[in-house]
Amino acid sequence: MSAAPQPVPEQERTVLVVPGMHCAGCMAKVERGLAGLPGVSAARVNLTARQVAVTHDAAVTTPMLVDALAGIGFPAQPRVEEPGPPPSAVKPLLAPLGVAGFAAMNVMLLSVSIWSGADGATRELFHWLSAAIGVPAIAYAGRVFFASAWSALRHGRTNMDVPISIGVTLATGLSLYETMTGGATAWFDGTLMLLLFLLAGRALDAAMRDKARAGVDALLRQAAPGALVVGRDGSVEWLAAPQLVAGMVMRVAAGERLAADGEVVGGQTRLDNSLLTGESAPVAVAVGSAVHAGTLNLDGAIDVRVTAAGQGTTLAEIAKLMDASGQARSKYVRIADRASRLYAPAVHTLAALSFAGWMLVGPAGLHQSLVIAIAVLIITCPCALGLAVPVAQVVACGALMKRGIMVKDGSALERLAGVDRVLLDKTGTLTMGRPVPDPAVLDALPAEAASVALALASHSRHPLSRALVEALAARGVAAAEVTEVAEEPGRGIGATWTDTAGHHATPVALHRPGEAAGMACALDIAGRPVWLIPFADRLRPATNSALAELAALGVEASIISGDNVAAVADVARATRLTAEAAADPLAKCDAIARLQGAGRKVLMAGDGLNDGPALAAADASIAPGTASDVGRQAADLVFLGDSLDALPRAVRAARRTMAVVRQNFALAIGYNVLAVPLAMAGLVTPLIAAAAMSLSSLIVIANSLRLVGAAR
Amino acid sequence: MTSLALLIPIALGMGLFGLAVFFWALHSGQFEDMDGAAARILIDEEGDKLP
Repeated sequence: MSAAPQPVPEQERTVLVVPGMHCAGCMAKVERGLAGLPGVSAARVNLTARQVAVTHDAAVTTPMLVDALAGIGFPAQPRVEEPGPPPSAVKPLLAPLGVAGFAAMNVMLLSVSIWSGADGATRELFHWLSAAIGVPAIAYAGRVFFASAWSALRHGRTNMDVPISIGVTLATGLSLYETMTGGATAWFDGTLMLLLFLLAGRALDAAMRDKARAGVDALLRQAAPGALVVGRDGSVEWLAAPQLVAGMVMRVAAGERLAADGEVVGGQTRLDNSLLTGESAPVAVAVGSAVHAGTLNLDGAIDVRVTAAGQGTTLAEIAKLMDASGQARSKYVRIADRASRLYAPAVHTLAALSFAGWMLVGPAGLHQSLVIAIAVLIITCPCALGLAVPVAQVVACGALMKRGIMVKDGSALERLAGVDRVLLDKTGTLTMGRPVPDPAVLDALPAEAASVALALASHSRHPLSRALVEALAARGVAAAEVTEVAEEPGRGIGATWTDTAGHHATPVALHRPGEAAGMACALDIAGRPVWLIPFADRLRPATNSALAELAALGVEASIISGDNVAAVADVARATRLTAEAAADPLAKCDAIARLQGAGRKVLMAGDGLNDGPALAAADASIAPGTASDVGRQAADLVFLGDSLDALPRAVRAARRTMAVVRQNFALAIGYNVLAVPLAMAGLVTPLIAAAAMSLSSLIVIANSLRLVGAAR
Repeated sequence: MTSLALLIPIALGMGLFGLAVFFWALHSGQFEDMDGAAARILIDEEGDKLP
């Protein structure tokens, strides 16, 4: 990177998403692998976003870069440019945080001298210095709160920022007045410290959301669907999904997903509709059949004439349904806002009461009454209250993320903590959502046959082949040496195998069994009996123990699936749950609405496009990392890994988080209960205010840190 | 008291310097990739050149 590139005429910048990068070693491999390519002048990894930015000559194309990365073991995709600006929530808060920190420290330094007895001209000088630092800093760092409070007030609402803004503005005004009249006390230190603590809470909250979103975005961005489009002259060209137009003919190879709705004009195959409808049995299609975007081509290459792309597809219909069903959830009010609805009026009433009380009863004049009222406002400013929720959620989300559960939204934990009912989708959620070879057959397979099967399967991109490779590789099988590999689409893959003794070359093949009953493949080694390897979609590991844990947590579970009755019945028996089969997206939403109407709080666990509306409609939702884009986008939580353990773990962590949040509220309000009488009695000095404020904040933070182990 | 006239500007100057450095870091993109910055220290730049 230090070597300055030669003055090259055309330099382009390409950003690739590389989801497989996790550590320094990966970063070094990716950067060196790309920088070593001819025509590439620099490559810089961003590990947080799992992206690499490549500066290169115009001659280097994106597929070349993707191939180079694939060659060193990192699957990559060009980044899909989203229309909006990058939604970083924490960046705009960093500068105000820095300013508040700087000003708070310097003003505190001056204040300590005043508290230790500086008076006369020195005190006045120090007050002026504090004002010179404090007023601009408050104006700058407080903008976050002023803007939010103003927008809330304009809409006739109130939030936590309203008492903060009023308190800060009044305290600053009073301190300026005191400074100008040579008064004894100024509150710049307390005001700045308040802003510092509150901004720290906000920044933590935002950083947590950014981090979770970066993880989910990395998953989302890599899914750039597209298709090979066949031109009239027979030329083929790869086009991204948004560029597809009705009338184009796309060629879909086995193992690819369709990028648009259409009609088959050439070839025949079987399609896996499970992502779209939940139906697990493959559907045979031939020339003339209508096919939908999002389905997976299982067997042979087909040509499809696009009838609808982008907004016109079945996918877009589901997206509309999702928008409608997401309305209910946006009405959820976060616990901090609910607290502030009660808190803000209480605080303002107390301050007004102390002002009125001192004016009427006490011997104090207008000035002293005002000072006391403002002391009440400062001491009740929700400093610890502002930290109570975000710190607990940040710690809990960090713990969950370490366990492979990404929380997309802070309010998700609040909503998840209340659930008492869970609806589970079948295909892809309770089950793996992909065919897995029968383990009993693999056990029985002789070692030689297994290594031949692995060698053959590794040459194919067919979904069954890939599943076989994964299963055999996990068993530690080493691939045999095969030559003359030939794949016949829709039929299978053949090769010549020279056995370890090296004597004879045997023709071997992995192909579709003669009569295709369900999913299976046949391993044919000449001169030996044919092995039939059946494939099935299996339950996720630890499904039954996870369901038992959910039951122990008081969360009742049932299955809701778009699949046919027979397939759902099998899974229902295996998991001993009640089930509703053949449910379309609307029926799933209805089921949730019925349960919500009966006063239940529903958690939806699903992965498919057909689950999207239900995920958006439920009180909380969780999707596996293998879910469709729509599923991952609609869900509040995304769990990585195969095990269904994530569900009870997330529910437990959410409940513990909410318990800690409530304790935090109790601690913060308890402090106010102690401090407010002192303030109303006029006994609070800036020193006491500063000490009490930092102490209560520290206690709340320490209490929240107990959540580090919440995801165990 | 005269020492104050010297010490206060020094203290403020150092604080302002720190703030300026923070702003510079913020604008030069050093907070773009926190995870990567933490991991980058572990990259072995020398490779096999060392004995």
